[in-house]
Amino acid sequence: MRLEKRNHTSPAAYVAAPVGAVVFTLLISALLVLWAGAPVGRTYALLLQGAFGSVFALTETLTRAIPLILTGLAAAVAFRARLFNIGAEGQLYAGALAAIAVGGMHGGTGLEWPPYVLFPLMMLAAALAGALLLMGPALMKARLGVDEVVTTLLLNFVTLLLVSALLDGPMKDPLSMGWPQSVALQGDLELSKLVPQTRLHTGLLWAVSLAVILWALLARTVPGFDIRAAGANARAAAFAGVPVTRTVALVALLSGGLAGLAGAIEVAGRTGYLTLDMSPGYGYSGIVIAMLAGLHPLGVVAAGVFVAGVLVGADSMSRAVGVPTYIADVIVAASLIAVLVAGLLTQYRVRWK
Amino acid sequence: MTDAPPTVLRLTGITKHFGPLVANDGISLQLARGEVLALLGENGAGKSTLMSILFGHYVADAGQIEVFGQPLPPGQPRAALAAGIGMVHQHFTLADNLTVLDNVLLGTEPLWRPFSHRGAAREKLLGVSRQFGLPVSPDALVGSLSVGERQRVEILKALYRGARILILDEPTAVLTPQESEALFATLAQMVAQGLSILFISHKLGEVLRVSHRVAVLRQGKLVAEAPAQGTTQGQLAQWMVGHAIEAAERRPARHVGAAVCALADVHTTSTGRDRLQGVSLTLNAGEIVAIAGVSGNGQVALADVLCGVRAVTSGRITLQDAPLRARPAWLVRQGVARIPEDRHAVGVVGDLPVWENAVSERLRGGHWFAHPWWRAFWVKRRAARAHARHVAETFDVRGGGADAPARSLSGGNMQKLILGRALLPPGDAPAPVLILAHQPTWGLDIGAVAFVQQQLINARDGGAAVLLISDDLDEVLALGDRVAVMHDGQLSEARPANDWTREAIGLAMAGAKT
Repeated sequence: MRLEKRNHTSPAAYVAAPVGAVVFTLLISALLVLWAGAPVGRTYALLLQGAFGSVFALTETLTRAIPLILTGLAAAVAFRARLFNIGAEGQLYAGALAAIAVGGMHGGTGLEWPPYVLFPLMMLAAALAGALLLMGPALMKARLGVDEVVTTLLLNFVTLLLVSALLDGPMKDPLSMGWPQSVALQGDLELSKLVPQTRLHTGLLWAVSLAVILWALLARTVPGFDIRAAGANARAAAFAGVPVTRTVALVALLSGGLAGLAGAIEVAGRTGYLTLDMSPGYGYSGIVIAMLAGLHPLGVVAAGVFVAGVLVGADSMSRAVGVPTYIADVIVAASLIAVLVAGLLTQYRVRWK
Repeated sequence: MTDAPPTVLRLTGITKHFGPLVANDGISLQLARGEVLALLGENGAGKSTLMSILFGHYVADAGQIEVFGQPLPPGQPRAALAAGIGMVHQHFTLADNLTVLDNVLLGTEPLWRPFSHRGAAREKLLGVSRQFGLPVSPDALVGSLSVGERQRVEILKALYRGARILILDEPTAVLTPQESEALFATLAQMVAQGLSILFISHKLGEVLRVSHRVAVLRQGKLVAEAPAQGTTQGQLAQWMVGHAIEAAERRPARHVGAAVCALADVHTTSTGRDRLQGVSLTLNAGEIVAIAGVSGNGQVALADVLCGVRAVTSGRITLQDAPLRARPAWLVRQGVARIPEDRHAVGVVGDLPVWENAVSERLRGGHWFAHPWWRAFWVKRRAARAHARHVAETFDVRGGGADAPARSLSGGNMQKLILGRALLPPGDAPAPVLILAHQPTWGLDIGAVAFVQQQLINARDGGAAVLLISDDLDEVLALGDRVAVMHDGQLSEARPANDWTREAIGLAMAGAKT
């Protein structure tokens, strides 16, 4: 078996690739559902219903999608520039930490700024915290060639330990009965609800607007060109005059900033305070979502909603039939592999001897 | 002598499709014992595909290969080696940190044998080396050898494995004229001993000198097969491109003007031989200075320094009386047109569309709101694309269209795009004052070579200073008003082209002091 480069890809192949990826994912998952002894059709129907089948299901899915879209954007912009930021998880917590520090830590200190000052400050602080956390690894990569996969990944653990220390120390909520939980965000800084009586908040508008802004930035501006050029071929970009180090710094600001905002928006929109289990790995899921979306910012919105739907739908489905929620991880992972293989097959053909 | 020598290699009706593209269309070729067959063709004519099929890297859609009368199983590189076919690639496949003997033995010894029979292998290697007049020292590190010697090791590697049919892919591309002569003598000796040689090249002169027969490929088809004797270069060129070629018109420089750029005692540091050690040179308006030399003697460092992507460690470079800054965007604004050596890796960003590549050099600098293509960071796509169209039309860039990735362009069209980007200023900006062309015609077909050379001559006649760095001695002599030779980071004095003989340049390329 060997791969041969296609000189030409037919439009049909571009349609067949995603369809084939979906069919492959459903088939793989169906085998596992059968193994669990559940009816395949009913399981999928319940999953779909649990994800999108009611107002409640839909708002839950979209609520879950908000941090996923933001970390997905963080990964997409970084990966476009070949800055492999694996540290969105840590940057998300850093952003949440900064949001609490600005928006929750001044009870009784006399700092009585109005919310319209404090809210932008809180968001800015969160974005900066995430951005600064990525800036070190990014500059070390650009200047010294230090592998950013290692540094950003390790910083996740450093950040989580810092958060843990703060939650048991200076940021600990005195009313939390001993739980490691931060003081609560000031009430008037919380994001308002998008649909009453649900958990869906205006963070969704933030996420979607940031996706559109990021798309416009990448596709339509000079810095966007710099990011794409430096990522596709840094040598050629430098030859054409792209300031490569400055571009890497910009990407670190954008990617870390988006991940930091994801943390702040989770705190301000959903939890109201920070705990160590606030993110079930949103930072890592963001990488999967960015890859699923082909690193396209608008695709990230769709991929984020898809992954959130699978997670929320699987929760609901597993209560009705005897299939564990782990099926959600299988579906997401299988779809990622399928999409990557499908993308490969639009560029290459397989020859069987 | 009525017996024709036996046929050792027979290709029959080889056909290979890549999607709608027919890379090889029913190609039939024979190679006789003791014969040198030259395979000619432009880039994309199907030479590489044919060789890949012969070597089992690709499987042909139709057709057979027979070696010494036996059919060769398709798709098995090992079968080709076992049948006695050896290939010497243009880019050597040697490990620098191993000795000559180790490199030759690599891959020939079974893995399960506990001790390697180095003594016997050494004797065998020396035997082969004597038999074909290819002297080597088996214990020298390959990294310490010259390019010509490395090529010798590659040939020995093939002969050691018992190759009776040798394929040489552009073997003279990296050699000095003297080294090429030595190679030709070796080939004659090998052929006299019954080996057969398939010689791939696009240098028409040497093809006619070395080979007995010439086969020409064009667009996947075998268009001509003729004995070398009695065939002219003009005929070959016409077969290759399908029509008569007008060579770039050679005119001496008329008005040599003031100095545009001057280098004084420039040094750069880096590991290996690719560095500058005290280079001085003056480039005048209206004049082409051509730099000859075997690649790897500092040409890359010189080009990088002048293109603004590498800083000097000492020495001074002035551009129109101002010190030169190592910043590409600044150089472009000063009117420096740069044509890099590696058009795929440096010239264009292959994944980005043609139109973005056509404007990529001029997306920064100047006043925020006064630039024709962008305003406050926002790219004015209509104006930028219009300029890209203008470049494509003026320089005849074909294929794909403005939105196709630049990677999809053929080498010639990519080079035209790079030339157009560098030479055509936006709007009413002045034409470039200095043109730096590093291997501008490398790997291009004859038509594109003439086009590129003509552009350089036209720019010179328009008053630009041109620096041409080339491995191709013919090009250096054809275009250079003054010629300098680079060796081991040092540059000879740039003397008028008429003051040099081919032999003198060859000696200087090899490092002889003049």
